[in-house]
Amino acid sequence: MDLTLTPKHRALRDEVDAFIAAHRDAAPRPGGGRKRPDRKALDWQALLLEHGYFARTIPREYGGFGAPHDVIELAIIADAFSRAGISPGIHNQGISMLVPTLLEVGTEEQKRRWIGPTIRGEVIWCQGYSEPGSGSDLAAAQTRAAVEDGHFVINGQKIWTSSAHFADMMFLLCRTEPDKSKHAGLSYLLLPMNTPGIEVRPLRTMTGRAEFNETFFTDVRVPVDQIVMGRGDGWHVANVTLKYERMLLGDPNKLQQRLEAIRRMMEQPGADGARLLDRAEWRDRLLRLQGEVIAARNHNMRLLTETAEGVDSGLGRFIVKYHGTMLGHRLASLALDVMGSTGLLYEPQGEVAEDDPATTWQIDYMYDIGLIIGGGSSNIQKNIIGERGLGLPREPKAAVPAGRN
Amino acid sequence: MRFGLTEDQGLFGRSLRGFLADRLPLDALRRLAEPGTGFDAELWRGLGELGLHGLLVPEEHGGAGLGMLDAALAAEALGYHAAPAPFAAALVMAVQAFRSAGDAEQQRQWLPRIAAGQARIGLGFAGLAGQTGRAALRLEGGRLSGALDGLMDGGDATHFLAYLPDGRAALIEAGAPGVTATLRRSVDRTRALVDLDLAGAAPVALLQSSNDPLAAARRVRDAGRVVLAADTLGAAQNMLDRAVAYANERVQFGRVIGSFQGVKYMCADMATMLEPCRAMVWYAAYAQDAVPEEAAMAASHAKAHLAEVGREVARLATEVHGGMGFTDLLGLHYQFKRITFDRQALGGPERCRHDAAVAQGWIAA
Ligand SMILES: Cc1cc2nc3c(=O)[nH]c(=O)nc-3n(C[C@H](O)[C@H](O)[C@H](O)COP(=O)(O)OP(=O)(O)OC[C@H]3O[C@@H](n4cnc5c(N)ncnc54)[C@H](O)[C@@H]3O)c2cc1C
Repeated sequence: MDLTLTPKHRALRDEVDAFIAAHRDAAPRPGGGRKRPDRKALDWQALLLEHGYFARTIPREYGGFGAPHDVIELAIIADAFSRAGISPGIHNQGISMLVPTLLEVGTEEQKRRWIGPTIRGEVIWCQGYSEPGSGSDLAAAQTRAAVEDGHFVINGQKIWTSSAHFADMMFLLCRTEPDKSKHAGLSYLLLPMNTPGIEVRPLRTMTGRAEFNETFFTDVRVPVDQIVMGRGDGWHVANVTLKYERMLLGDPNKLQQRLEAIRRMMEQPGADGARLLDRAEWRDRLLRLQGEVIAARNHNMRLLTETAEGVDSGLGRFIVKYHGTMLGHRLASLALDVMGSTGLLYEPQGEVAEDDPATTWQIDYMYDIGLIIGGGSSNIQKNIIGERGLGLPREPKAAVPAGRN
Repeated sequence: MRFGLTEDQGLFGRSLRGFLADRLPLDALRRLAEPGTGFDAELWRGLGELGLHGLLVPEEHGGAGLGMLDAALAAEALGYHAAPAPFAAALVMAVQAFRSAGDAEQQRQWLPRIAAGQARIGLGFAGLAGQTGRAALRLEGGRLSGALDGLMDGGDATHFLAYLPDGRAALIEAGAPGVTATLRRSVDRTRALVDLDLAGAAPVALLQSSNDPLAAARRVRDAGRVVLAADTLGAAQNMLDRAVAYANERVQFGRVIGSFQGVKYMCADMATMLEPCRAMVWYAAYAQDAVPEEAAMAASHAKAHLAEVGREVARLATEVHGGMGFTDLLGLHYQFKRITFDRQALGGPERCRHDAAVAQGWIAA
């Protein structure tokens, strides 16, 4: 264990604090991964990239800052933005899931072409995994891509596709080798959303907004080189992406941001002039969650170190999504309780929604359940933790009732 | 720059665990726990040979000069095997008490004796750490009178270190005139509590050379909280490991029970709660030596959080074992009770979280 701040680290911490103090007015609200970044968010992103507060370790030739991997530096930066309650930059499916996937298994050409514009927030991606008949059982995907004169020709349907209504690109899991076994028949393709034959139909969610969609494919033609790894490697690539998706969903820095936001609310005097932070029962609820967030953040530091040292954390990594999303929901639950009846006001449509704490916390509170389900539900995470993490046997297969499929 | 253990630390933890696994098979543990004193001379000697007595004692005083992270790893191993051995108070808090408030002469006199395993100090912290029980000691004319309940590591102790409400600490000899020490067996038969009644006892040392005795006392408290958290981590990990092993072997309805999702999810939940605790304990221990501004908060939070997680794991792991888990037969209850003890000693989770709020300046003390 050596977390000594070298003079270089101290200088970085002062530098980040000074940066935040000087530029905080230029920052968009934290969050916002569920809509296309506006001018303000894009400019902020550019500023963060320029200073190396975002994509810090991504090589320069792909548009990153090119700094060597240093766990402490990343922690200092994340911590400074959480403390200040300032947006640490854009986190969306392209940036947090596709980019690390390409860094891990993409070709040089794919990295040069896609990473830069994606991390700048210019190219928005959506994830074409789930289908009406295959959610948790992702490898059962049936959307078909047949090869014809140098193209994949795609037919089928995806569902729950977040952001598809404003995305530029999709990473798609589809069946290219129908005669191979379930897992070996899949491929992972990259395609523009304006390709003819794609139709996106919004689905309204419990928040009252249309955050995800159904996506239909009719003879959609994609050049055969727009594939990550080879034909039949789709299950492998999809799981690389899922690994990063699950880290994103369990991100402890987001939890820290939320905790700080709740603490600030509790420090404000209420109508009776008293602060909730001064009341033991409220303070204890916040402190309990703080303890859990600290554990999650320390655990994250350990995982980052292990990754940097080439150790696969196994169990330590498998728990992150389940742990983080459940904790996120408990934080949102506390936020609603802190706001009480004024937190019931709800106007989810339009720009005001983003600036209204009651509405955003209500959205988070509901959307968190979506995050508990999406990216592999809590039950699926517990299967993985139990089977791959702890070595318990798999559930025996039960027969499907006659006449059902 | 790394968040993790060194190779040496990994090795140290493993060899200590190997030693304890060897010395404490269930029948031996049962025998050593029976009297409820929390002490066994032979085990104590063996731990000394592994360097545990002088773990935190500086090298100039005959110790190994290691840090709180090493102490936490030792506590984790002791908790894993529910070892009936004085540690948290006798070998961690007492050493930190001398280091933070003893003068040079007192350190020269006592630290080598601790490192040699000769001075085994029970420690009473009532009041200052939120423990319940009597805590009314007065120092008048150099003589100590009154009562102090719940001293840790007091069974067969050679000395007692009794904290006064002002943060100073008096070392008294067990068996000296005016000292009545009553051993109280606790639910955790691997660790006893001692109630002290003093009638004009003469301290052999008064630790009072800190500029801020209360702050020095709090640092000792925090060191104790970290090792109790680590002890729970070890005990809970033991219970989880055994639950997983049992789930892989017990057959019902023609299947091993670990293939039932209900059982699998109990195990997955335990692992999900417990795994982040490891890094939390590491950090809290490390902070005691290296991050003074976060030391108090990290220690109190770790103690509180491990108490909550420990309680859940203790229940779930017992439940996975079915009726067997409830019996005395498996001895799973030794770890269960270890967790029970760690939760209340040096302040329960509510008190610890309160202290964490104070440490962050959220509220006044
Ligand atoms: C907010 C949100 C955003 C999403 N965004 C996207 C996206 O961008 N792209 C995309 O492709 N998909 C997306 N999804 C889809 C998501 O991945 C699926 O909803 C998820 O994988 C679950 O699949 P399902 O909805 O078909 O539920 P089902 O698989 O039918 O599951 C129903 C219930 O059964 C349980 N279950 C299923 N199998 C098992 C098992 N083996 N053991 C125990 N329990 C089991 C589940 O845990 C769940 O509780 C999103 C979902 C949500 C909620």
